[in-house]
Amino acid sequence: MSELRAQLHEWQQKISRYNRSIAGAAMVFAIIMPLLVGQAADFLNATIVALAYVVMALGLNVVVGFAGLLDLGYVAFYAFGAYCVGWFGSGFFFKAHVNILSSAPSGAIGIHINFVMVAICAVVITSIAGVLIGLPTLRLRSDYIAIVTLAFGEIIGTVAVNGTSIGIGGGQTLTAGNLGISALDLPHFPLIGSFSLLNLRPWYWLVLLIVFFVLFVNLRLRDSRLGRAWVALREDEVAAVSMGIPLVKTKLLAYAIGAAFGGISGVFLGFYDTTVNASQFQFSFSIFVLAMIIVGGLGSIWGALMGALLLSYINYYLIPDVFNTLPQMFGLNFDLTQLSFGIFGFLLVIVMILRPQGLFPERRRRMELTGEIAAEDAQLVEVGGQSAPGGSA
Amino acid sequence: MSIMSVRDVVKEFGGLTAVNHVSLEVPEHAIVSVIGPNGAGKTTLFNMLTGLYKPTSGKIVFDGTDVSHARPDLITGMGVSRTFQNIRLFSAMTATENVMIGRHARMKAGLVGAILRPPGVRHEERDVEERARELLRYVGLRNDALDKLASELSYGDQRRVEIARALASDPKLLLLDEPTAGMNPQESAALTDFMRKLRDDLNLTILLIEHDMKVVMGVSEQITVLDHGEKIAEGDPAAVRSDQAVIEAYLGKQDNDGNGGVA
Repeated sequence: MSELRAQLHEWQQKISRYNRSIAGAAMVFAIIMPLLVGQAADFLNATIVALAYVVMALGLNVVVGFAGLLDLGYVAFYAFGAYCVGWFGSGFFFKAHVNILSSAPSGAIGIHINFVMVAICAVVITSIAGVLIGLPTLRLRSDYIAIVTLAFGEIIGTVAVNGTSIGIGGGQTLTAGNLGISALDLPHFPLIGSFSLLNLRPWYWLVLLIVFFVLFVNLRLRDSRLGRAWVALREDEVAAVSMGIPLVKTKLLAYAIGAAFGGISGVFLGFYDTTVNASQFQFSFSIFVLAMIIVGGLGSIWGALMGALLLSYINYYLIPDVFNTLPQMFGLNFDLTQLSFGIFGFLLVIVMILRPQGLFPERRRRMELTGEIAAEDAQLVEVGGQSAPGGSA
Repeated sequence: MSIMSVRDVVKEFGGLTAVNHVSLEVPEHAIVSVIGPNGAGKTTLFNMLTGLYKPTSGKIVFDGTDVSHARPDLITGMGVSRTFQNIRLFSAMTATENVMIGRHARMKAGLVGAILRPPGVRHEERDVEERARELLRYVGLRNDALDKLASELSYGDQRRVEIARALASDPKLLLLDEPTAGMNPQESAALTDFMRKLRDDLNLTILLIEHDMKVVMGVSEQITVLDHGEKIAEGDPAAVRSDQAVIEAYLGKQDNDGNGGVA
């Protein structure tokens, strides 16, 4: 709140009028962008995926960035979200016959409910899952939280693979494992109708709407009593509880909210991928999202946004679509996609060396993951910069 | 009538008994000091009073309620507030935000309120920020320091912010853990006066851990002396000053040649 106000104040003084118009222009551009490219352009496809990752990054940023709880099992919430689509938006549960405002023909087997209802189911399920993973980590700090959450993510992944052996009655199983649940519904809205994979524009606007919603919630939370409590717990747990912040409730809320965002994004990606396959939920996904918020600047909402866009575009557009044939131009016999992990590693190392606080750091917020060195550097800079005009405090 | 009463409290860490059968009554509206050499168990006692540690045995009663096993945030909510021996401000937050955190227990906005931000929540935020600034001015912070990061403030100002943060929860009992540590004699004297003013302005009870004897003797109405986790003396400043056990604890036993221990 006051930090935002101070920050806004400073920005207003510095870039003053431009800032708001830049933000407005960016929003307008974001809304009309799909009209400037083809209905099924690679770039549009990459942008849709990137925006889904923005939602993921904003969710993880609540847990890791705000509350300082290093969560390495975020893929679990992607899995829960996507499986909500598999369960409630396909013919997978063939004994059931439910159809509420979905794209499926009436009388189709399975549970088919509307996109929004699937998203609500996912929010409920992932929040509960978030609390469940939060509970055993309450007494732990940084690295140890990472180990527990990592294990949680792996467990969920393994359960997804082996879900074929988990019967839930009537010959139905929990998941379809590596075979995947396919023939998913498409998002369907009254008046608008069903989405199609031949025209990606509605998908884009849908995910953009989700991004705006999540962004709004994130900004509001950051500048609230709850947001302050998260930062206080991150900074000094003992002092925070001594000041009247309930440890358990506050931490669990961070886990639950972060998980819910992951679940919403998982629902969108589930629909968009048109299949829910256990092999999608790998540990590397958690790391990918974590890398986004670290590159962007831990704890910074705009950093998470930009970090997610940057890494997604590199991974889903620049490497496979734009520069993929680059090695062949030099007479080398491989595709650039084969090097993508190497390229990522290289970029991360460069960012960590040149800008350990991230590209768009939350001003004044200390880095948990980049370690004390960055914090000390930042402090030195601050002290140095302050002593010149201010004199003794 | 005592606002905080410690009854036969024991705290053991494994084999070590940090606090051994200590009882203590803090009368309402009093300034009470707990003194003793390093390692006497003073801060451990404070940590039990604020709920950070649970006593191994014994009872702690605040304002008529048994708080021996209550959660720290609930104890704060009941009206106990503290500062720390080694300053524990939230260094990445401004002075004002630090004090606003101190108000957390008295605020109502929840998750939904934070997201929807109805007028009630907006007012609450504004009032709490205004109040935080008032408190910071009250403890003597200059206006230009209010929006500085806690880590940018001078040592003395950090101590002041800690007191303001503790006051933000409208405590009935304020626990100060070595508030004058690192202060020069003038600053200590000023703080001594300030403690009395605080008590009278805000109708507080103050419980104090302090090493500076000038401060202790100057401000306390009652002094409890701990040594090796046990209470060795209790009384008004004059009585404690002349107590043989206290002198021995601080100066060591006097030998025949008059060569004492280390002060």
